[in-house]
Amino acid sequence: MTARPTIGVLALQGDVAEHLRVLDALDAHTVKVLSPDQLDTLDGLVVPGGESTTMSKLAVRYGLLEPLRKRIAAGMPAYGTCAGMIMLADRLLGGTADQQTVGGIDMSVRRNAFGRQTESFEAAVRIDGLEGDPFDAVFIRAPWVESVGPGVTVLGEVPGPDEAGRIVAVRQGGLMATSFHPELTGDTRIHRLFVDVVKGHS
Amino acid sequence: MANNASNTSDNAVGTERVKRGMAEQLKNGVIMDVVTPEQAKIAEDAGAVAVMALERVPADIRKDGGVARMSDPDMIDGIVGAVSIPVMAKVRIGHFVEAQVLESLGVDFIDESEVLTPADEAYHIDKWAFTVPFVCGATNLGEALRRIAEGAAMIRSKGEAGTGNVVEATRHMRSIRSEIKRLGTLDEAELFGAAKELRAPFEVVKEVATLGKLPVPLFSAGGVATPADAALMRQLGAESVFVGSGIFKSGDPAGRADAIVQATLHYEDPAVIARVSRGLGDAMVGINLDDLSDAQRYAGRGW
Repeated sequence: MTARPTIGVLALQGDVAEHLRVLDALDAHTVKVLSPDQLDTLDGLVVPGGESTTMSKLAVRYGLLEPLRKRIAAGMPAYGTCAGMIMLADRLLGGTADQQTVGGIDMSVRRNAFGRQTESFEAAVRIDGLEGDPFDAVFIRAPWVESVGPGVTVLGEVPGPDEAGRIVAVRQGGLMATSFHPELTGDTRIHRLFVDVVKGHS
Repeated sequence: MANNASNTSDNAVGTERVKRGMAEQLKNGVIMDVVTPEQAKIAEDAGAVAVMALERVPADIRKDGGVARMSDPDMIDGIVGAVSIPVMAKVRIGHFVEAQVLESLGVDFIDESEVLTPADEAYHIDKWAFTVPFVCGATNLGEALRRIAEGAAMIRSKGEAGTGNVVEATRHMRSIRSEIKRLGTLDEAELFGAAKELRAPFEVVKEVATLGKLPVPLFSAGGVATPADAALMRQLGAESVFVGSGIFKSGDPAGRADAIVQATLHYEDPAVIARVSRGLGDAMVGINLDDLSDAQRYAGRGW
């Protein structure tokens, strides 16, 4: 149990600063992660929102993909929001031809599943394990989880275009992912949950 | 998509958080001007975070003259169909019908741009009335805050588009950043005076004074032609950059696009900027601003 865990935010692209701000407020020691050698110092990693194709290309270019896979396979906790959810998915639907993910969570994620920006939305989502009100979730050209393996716990769903429930929050051991962006809302409950996961693992 | 997510009972589309949130996702990424689906693919492959679909890049608008308008919907559709990253497109200042058209085409972001010929000499578009988010140009803080008050979800420094000359972008970034810093030193009574000077609503002025930054992302545009230009804008406080004519008017567009993406990310690392600057071939030729008359300058458009 570490009193003050070191949590990195993958800083290749996207809303890195917003995650750093929330994690700082939760008294984590934070690191902007740009190179593989920084990974060794981390107790946990956040993969932010952004454009997943850009993030994937840059991860390959800077030799981060394999080291990230190794750390996550070795049990480092990680939390991905939106593009970050895509990066943590074992299987990707609707990506570009050469798009690679880090993987880790046994799930199939469909990129831009909720549509383009004019279809982006806010909705109140009930998240298992969070006390209090439903989470006020912001979805931006968001992915959803199309299917999960047996080891994955579904934490929340919202109605999709056809009103069928779509999975938007999952957990598999120390790995968490949401289709939406808690870092944009000021509600720190999900980040707090992740920080607790990190403290429990280290 | 008659029955999409936006139509489900509890979901709210086009909110301030959804629009500004989209802008936040583009940070640290490069937005590139493209005029064909092939260029859009090159940009996407190079790691662009979004493309700006337009009929002519600013350098050609300058050369050709005449009235510059929203692009042909067929051309926008072609680019939307070619890539999976977000697509932006430009409308004339004040031309809310062009904006309605682009929104109906499903573009992800609209640039109400001084690069096109203005359609209204008094008013910008009421951007709150739209579901799609808008980015607007600014040369100083007052202009930025008026655009935010009208609903802009992102601000970009105007620079001087189509020149390949970064001097105006530098001027505008320095101006915006130094005015933000100044606001932080003022007390409440002085902020009322500042709002009056800036010709911007007091609430937005106060918010900026408290945050020490704009309440929306601040990007830079207008004259960025090299990896070092992009890094300069970032060190001056831009959260990322738009590159217009600089990429596809250069000798090696794919290589230059890739290099600018890397320099934008590693803007504080001169070794990286040096490495990606090697062997890029010719940059766009560029124009000295002294050679432009006031009528040929776009940055003065908008009010």
